[in-house]
Amino acid sequence: MTLLVGSLTIGLILALLALGVFISFRIFNFPDITVEGSITFGASVAAALISIGWNPLLATILAFFGGMIAGAATGILHTKFKINGLLAGILVMTALYSINLHVMGKSNIPLMSVTTLFSWFEGWTPAFFGTATDVNVLGWTVNATDIIVMFCILIITIFFGILLFWFFKTDIGTAMRATGNNPQMIRALGVNTQAMIILGLALSNGMIAIAGALLAQYQGFADVQMGIGMLVWGLASVIIGEALITKKTLGFVITGAIMGSILFRLLVAIALRWGMNPNDLKLITAVFVFIALILPGFIEKTKKTRLSVNIKM
Amino acid sequence: MLKIENLYKTFNPGTANEVKALQGVSFELPEGSFVCVLGTNGSGKSTLLNAVAGSFYPDEGKIFLDNENITHWPEYRRAKHIGRVFQNPYSGTAPEMTIAENLVMAAKRGRPRGLGLALNKKYLTDFSDRVKPLNMKLEERIENPIGKLSGGQRQALTLIMATWQKPKLLLLDEHTAALDPKTAAKVIQLTEEVIKKDNLTTLMVTHSMQQAVNLGDRILMMHNGKIAFDFSGSDKKRLKVNDLLALFDEIRRKEQIDASVSELLMKSYV
Repeated sequence: MTLLVGSLTIGLILALLALGVFISFRIFNFPDITVEGSITFGASVAAALISIGWNPLLATILAFFGGMIAGAATGILHTKFKINGLLAGILVMTALYSINLHVMGKSNIPLMSVTTLFSWFEGWTPAFFGTATDVNVLGWTVNATDIIVMFCILIITIFFGILLFWFFKTDIGTAMRATGNNPQMIRALGVNTQAMIILGLALSNGMIAIAGALLAQYQGFADVQMGIGMLVWGLASVIIGEALITKKTLGFVITGAIMGSILFRLLVAIALRWGMNPNDLKLITAVFVFIALILPGFIEKTKKTRLSVNIKM
Repeated sequence: MLKIENLYKTFNPGTANEVKALQGVSFELPEGSFVCVLGTNGSGKSTLLNAVAGSFYPDEGKIFLDNENITHWPEYRRAKHIGRVFQNPYSGTAPEMTIAENLVMAAKRGRPRGLGLALNKKYLTDFSDRVKPLNMKLEERIENPIGKLSGGQRQALTLIMATWQKPKLLLLDEHTAALDPKTAAKVIQLTEEVIKKDNLTTLMVTHSMQQAVNLGDRILMMHNGKIAFDFSGSDKKRLKVNDLLALFDEIRRKEQIDASVSELLMKSYV
């Protein structure tokens, strides 16, 4: 049960990553690999500041702005300098590796003995459960602190989900969606599409940096390697999310991405529990995303061949 | 309203694919005039329209709109004053967004966009009222994705979007060329209505001579990146499709003469 609550918590933290990837991958139709640098950037900024005694909330907010700058950099390389989107992301991601080492001063920072957001969350346990250390949830005994932490993260994730939903319904947000959907049309309606892409990538990477900052505080350390494979992870969450929803409206898609992240994390936890070699995790994730990407086209193709066979008969 | 001075544009200069699309185009459109631009394929009529819209910058020459030099304004900045309908009926709308969302983006063309909610009840009723006269039952589908609609329906909506806020200049780029004749006729009828209602200054590219004869108060005929003929006033009113065909024939024969004459001369002199 502890495993389940832990997986849910990480799934909820990484839902912010999924929402960020949703912006670049589904709104702008390009896989922004800056993610792998910006999630670590968020983690290292927050960790570096918290470890020197900063307020953890302030440190997390600063991580958000750090991520926004990284995303904006990719956006500027892509739009103003006409560099291919994937390559622009690779350049920023690579640059961030060195920056992250500078920010942290070493390859990782432990956060075990300092006050983080999670120390605050844990401190709220007595207010809800009194002195009890274990609570009964649907017949299972669960650590009270774990439950509180999970609920705090749930609230944060829902907050960002609603914020994103609201943003995409505003004038700027609709213009941003149109920029990905039909740039020619929205330019003819007076929108600077380059500015939209820069702003969108900044928001995307800002949210991803928050995911990094929260993850570092949850697991108790920030590591310069923690971003590796995160883009594929986010893509997997978004794709699973799309399979879970019945309607393609904005609210459903955002909810789907959050659910996708949680479900994906659970699947991974179960697979690891069953004895899957952790070294194979990234390979299996990549294969999974590959299959999810080609499957719709493949199904379409088999349908067509069947149709042509019928006609011949 | 619109003044074009000596516009030049060459695509892919210095390569085998060099195209001299515009070679010194000048004309002026007074406010409220409706001009049809005719021309053969590759005559530069669409290039002219795109130059005015700002899809690219001209090599030489100037473009003035309402006495303002907009030659080097980016496309999105010009959009504040220019409404536009594309040849491809799918170009003018965002397919995955709803009819209402598409319309509301157009309703805010050229205005600052902020963090207020884009749609509200008033807009929704306004949009329903506006699409009802189209008789396409779109008012029932106002919150459905626009991508599910037919090309004709989308082109009609694009036209409404381009003129929701009265533009100083309306650009129509063969906007019925990709539609079936019946739908094209309907879109043309709608075009006439919106232009008349707001007395819009319009530049319409077409390759239908019938349209050019029936619509507007002036015809510009382009050939090889230049304006070959310019008819307005009573001349334009007298023009029939046959006259236009004859003019095209004249242009073609002139061109053949150029080629054959030079061949003849070559034989005698080279």
